[in-house]
Amino acid sequence: MESGIDLQGQFISALESFGLSHDLAKLLWLPLPMLMMLIVATVGVLVAVWLERKISAAVQQRIGPEYIGPLGILAPLADGLKLIFKEDVLPANSDRWLFTLGPAVVVIPVFLSYIIVPFGQNLLISNLAMGVFLWIALSSIAPIGLLMSGYASNNKYSLLGGLRAAAQSISYEIPLALAVLAVAMMSNGLSTVEIVEQQSAYGILSWNVWRQPIGFLIFWIAALAECERLPFDLPEAEEELVAGYQTEYAGMKFALFYLGAYVNLVLSALLVSVLYFGGWSFPIPLETIAHLLGIPETNPFLQIAFAVLGITMTLVKAYFFVFLAILLRWTVPRVRIDQLLDLGWKFLLPVGLVNLLLTAGLKLAFPLAFGG
Amino acid sequence: MDLATLTQTVTFFALAGAVLFAALGVVLLDNVVYSAFLLGGVFLSISGLYILMNADFVSAAQILIYVGAVNVLILFAIMLVNKREAYTPVPGRWLRQGGAAVVSLGVFALLTKMILQTPWKISALPPTPDSIKTIGRHFFSDFLLPFELASVLLLMALIGAVVLARRELVLEPEPILGEEVVPPLELPERPREPVALSEK
Repeated sequence: MESGIDLQGQFISALESFGLSHDLAKLLWLPLPMLMMLIVATVGVLVAVWLERKISAAVQQRIGPEYIGPLGILAPLADGLKLIFKEDVLPANSDRWLFTLGPAVVVIPVFLSYIIVPFGQNLLISNLAMGVFLWIALSSIAPIGLLMSGYASNNKYSLLGGLRAAAQSISYEIPLALAVLAVAMMSNGLSTVEIVEQQSAYGILSWNVWRQPIGFLIFWIAALAECERLPFDLPEAEEELVAGYQTEYAGMKFALFYLGAYVNLVLSALLVSVLYFGGWSFPIPLETIAHLLGIPETNPFLQIAFAVLGITMTLVKAYFFVFLAILLRWTVPRVRIDQLLDLGWKFLLPVGLVNLLLTAGLKLAFPLAFGG
Repeated sequence: MDLATLTQTVTFFALAGAVLFAALGVVLLDNVVYSAFLLGGVFLSISGLYILMNADFVSAAQILIYVGAVNVLILFAIMLVNKREAYTPVPGRWLRQGGAAVVSLGVFALLTKMILQTPWKISALPPTPDSIKTIGRHFFSDFLLPFELASVLLLMALIGAVVLARRELVLEPEPILGEEVVPPLELPERPREPVALSEK
């Protein structure tokens, strides 16, 4: 395996040279990537919220936030501050414990899923062999939190919203898993690093989206439904259910739901770019460029440049999909609940199964192109 | 004791405690909804124990299937039929509870004795880093029969669910004269409509 930049090893050896023990140095290293990921996820959400405001304004021919910082960049920060200072309201006859626990159960798995998002060869928290499967498993916890908050709010709209969220999440997890399964079959593994490496051989030509166009569409639709973004935001349909399971929430607890939804959106966009658009790989393979320029691959400056380029590529691809999701939200109408379930069970599920079968057949027929 | 062992020991006791208390809560609490949520807690803690045993795939599958599917469906069912009716006190309830406690303690004692007496074989081999591939290889070689049987079982459940969900009116043959007409089995909550009417 190409080593790239090994931050962990260098950090630990640097601390050991100060006379610390190996265990202690490792202990000091451990919280750093986790903290980094929390910060990255939160900043990603702030950017996504700002984008949402600006793009929705552009779609509706408004200007959007303008005076809070240049181009209104600080608007999401002001939102967050406002939510922090709001009163924490507990509705009458509600269930105090479940009401408080609900938002936490929704948010924690989403942040935990960032473990597997790679920004480069070694630029991820943990290269687990299960990779994407862990993300699917973790995202299945969220409906429990939604049911919990829906039940505890003592409000029929909340309960209906929670039930809808659970039904939607269960239905769309299956097409999502089937789409991921086809990709995993092609890359002979579930680890996100393996999946990206398998696509990076010939630059843009070898990205999975050309070999898995159906799978990509299924994944994108199912991911939108899992994030409860607009064509599928049934659980919080304003006109029918006030705000679904969030109706009774205020202050920081509401902020947690809000944060969770956007973190989930950014996470889904990142995973689309990892699974189908080559992750951190550049459209033209970087090794070829380095070879043409006559620079050896072990050159430290080259490695830093590659790492920066990798992070930029991942973010550019991911935010392109965030942009698409926001544009979709402000242009398409909402589907009905029966249409939503019909689409999931009667269209996406069979198409996903056919896609899986097709991939297996193609893998046997053309093992070279489909990772035999 | 180095750092890794210490972390493992502390995590084990925390998880085991969580499993025990959540399981007791599932059984002893009066509110069904609390029991269902605590059941999710039990499943999550057990998946943590699997991670401690280096069974990463099993633990993720545990979360996906038990927490994400089974427990959510249980909650779903409870919330759809949440009647909030007060249970009428049963006379002599303590007798039943006492009996249940005695039986449970007996089973517990038997299991403890079995666990303590069995010579467990603990593998000294280092854990495989790629457990998914090992599991897959076993599924398609020496565990092929159970694997395929499980798929047949799932197919049966699938067909059963479809049959229950469709619940169409089957036109019975005309009753023979003089025979008592037995009303067909039906589920109480939804009125039965003929097939021709329910289709648009």
